[in-house]
Amino acid sequence: MALQPEKNKMPLLGAEERAHNFNEVALGYSEAVAVAEATRCLNCKNRPCVEGCPVNISIPDFITKIKQRNFEGAYEVISKSSSLPAVCGRVCPQETQCESKCTLGIKFEPVGIGRLERFVADCHNENFHGETVLPASNGHKVAVIGSGPSGLTCAGELAKKGYKVTVFEALHTAGGVLVYGIPEFRLPKAIVKKEVETLEKLGVEILTNVVIGKTITVDELFADYGFEAAYIGTGAGLPRFMGISGEGLKGVYSANEFLTRANLMKAYENGAQTPLMKAKKVAVVGGGNVAMDAARTALRFGAKEVYIVYRRSMQELPARQEEVEHAEEEGIKFEILRNPVEILGNKSGFVKGLKLRKCKLGETDERGRRSPIEIEGSEYVLDVDCVIMAIGTSPNPLIKNTTAGLAVNSRGGIIADVDGKTSKDGVYAGGDAVTGAATVILAMGAGKTAAKAIDEYILKNYGE
Amino acid sequence: MFKIVKKRELNSTVTMMDIYAPLIAKKAQAGQFVILRVDDGGERIPLTVAGFDREKGTVKIIFQIVGGTTMRLNAKKEGEALCDFVGPLGCATKTEGIKKVCIVGGGVGCAIALPVAQKLHESGADVHSVIGFRNKDLVILEEEFKNCSDKLTVMTDDGSYGRRGVVTMPLKEALDGGEKYDEVITIGPLIMMKFVVATTKSYGVPTTVSMNPIMIDGTGMCGGCRLTVGGKTKFACVDGPDFNGFEVDFDEAISRAGMYAEFEKAEREKLCNLYKKEVK
Repeated sequence: MALQPEKNKMPLLGAEERAHNFNEVALGYSEAVAVAEATRCLNCKNRPCVEGCPVNISIPDFITKIKQRNFEGAYEVISKSSSLPAVCGRVCPQETQCESKCTLGIKFEPVGIGRLERFVADCHNENFHGETVLPASNGHKVAVIGSGPSGLTCAGELAKKGYKVTVFEALHTAGGVLVYGIPEFRLPKAIVKKEVETLEKLGVEILTNVVIGKTITVDELFADYGFEAAYIGTGAGLPRFMGISGEGLKGVYSANEFLTRANLMKAYENGAQTPLMKAKKVAVVGGGNVAMDAARTALRFGAKEVYIVYRRSMQELPARQEEVEHAEEEGIKFEILRNPVEILGNKSGFVKGLKLRKCKLGETDERGRRSPIEIEGSEYVLDVDCVIMAIGTSPNPLIKNTTAGLAVNSRGGIIADVDGKTSKDGVYAGGDAVTGAATVILAMGAGKTAAKAIDEYILKNYGE
Repeated sequence: MFKIVKKRELNSTVTMMDIYAPLIAKKAQAGQFVILRVDDGGERIPLTVAGFDREKGTVKIIFQIVGGTTMRLNAKKEGEALCDFVGPLGCATKTEGIKKVCIVGGGVGCAIALPVAQKLHESGADVHSVIGFRNKDLVILEEEFKNCSDKLTVMTDDGSYGRRGVVTMPLKEALDGGEKYDEVITIGPLIMMKFVVATTKSYGVPTTVSMNPIMIDGTGMCGGCRLTVGGKTKFACVDGPDFNGFEVDFDEAISRAGMYAEFEKAEREKLCNLYKKEVK
């Protein structure tokens, strides 16, 4: 049988239909398509895909199980390395990770590893009704601060080793960015809930409504609550604004606020108690995945026109290609090579326009991207009634301010070594709290690495 | 769940509750706030801590019934519970080194001003308090203020109780009369704080204001509570809620507070009708 050169396509909701609802866009492979896709894997000897995965899933092994139609077996392979497969299968940038290393990808399209991972995880969540085997307790207690992808991964890894893990979450729901940031249409919240429940079955305790640094300090976790180590996975913090005139107008949101209202507070549901402005024309400033999420959410809230305003060109957009394509299909307009200079307001203090200056691309910067150069006198006004700033975040100060001996860098990010070890004994950190805004899978990788280091630390200091 | 241990109506629109939340009660300080959700599916709202009992493990909140969420909160009975209650958030009011202070509270803001006045009183400071209300029926916490103030002036807009007029009147008189306050601390409606600041500015008396903007997470994640202070963007939840009154852009804060006025009005009307039916 000749090898199929292209990946099997992911079935999608039609762009017309999905632009007006919050249902998941990508529908997932059927069993037949999954098996067909799995047979594209060459099962090559050097397994470069595993190297490309931040949590080193034994990718060819789980794909082999799919070929054999042993889907639960495939799940077992994945869950040895990943605590959140249904999440990763949906939001990981596989095209720059595992799939970018795929041997098949040298001549053809790589194997759709992410799509297969999602298939396996969904299959398990739908069909598995067995009892989870509780790992034998080793009697040691670890605190995990933050229940986002990094914290959940760290908690899962440690629980599997027999640790008594407590996860502290500041919000009322566990999941961090997976519940407040990434929209329902890209990652249904029922899936996050299921993954969290899986961890709880492993014995992980999750305490919501506790802000570490405020309700309980890091030092108290050790002194008063008997934890032997702590992992800080508190994510990125304060949203950045541009510092241009008009950012205090009504109708200007940070992407975090806009998405939190929509996702965590479910402002899209009928009768929701949390309001979100019903904007008609929306400009989203920024070109990353968060910007795409905000733009596509605004569209689903009924905006007639939604613009992505980005100061470089389409080639430099940091968002995943797939997200950009989906946004374009849904009718999001790209105002590229534009930089906002002022937000204009009406007499009642609401946004009435966004003044943009045109840019051209100049020299390549240290990160290999061409820098935008503003063109003087090229200003014009984009007619919008809502502006969403999706230009990144700076580290949250709550833990830094209340934890003596925890070193942070000049920008306020926690300093941690490759294993996640911080300057404070027994305290580890990872994810966006250390790196600044990055991806779900990198945060998970950091959580996993730190779990290993915490295990070694506790065995060394507290014995078996 | 967080149990409502005690509920008392202070007047027709202001209610006090003691909530069982021992972790928060242990840490809370005057000037900090909590965020609560009444029920699952509810909105997150910030309320400044109006008191705490570290031994009983309770945190006192005092709120005005202004919109959907506070109406739902007020419908809860003693013995029932709130879905979520988190804190203490924000920075405590700075009271170190203050020997003589004027506390200016307006309306339900007096509830937040009270623990600050009490703390200063306990630290031995000379506390002058000016509390203002629209009319006699709305006066709250007069007794409590009397107990922690060396001098107390009660103002009502219509003169139905205490002196007639606004809170800035006695404040200006005191400053004109040569009172030397180390600081004026004011908590109340934005418009009142704006005028207090305008009054003290010409006398050069340091003035602290307590801001209570729209919030969601309350931990520095969403940026909804941002204010312009000294020309810079500040987040009330982590940088505040107290700020140097001379630096706050009140006009912007007043405008931003009206962001969801339409939505709130619709919610209020919807719930008014609902609760009316229940009473029948």
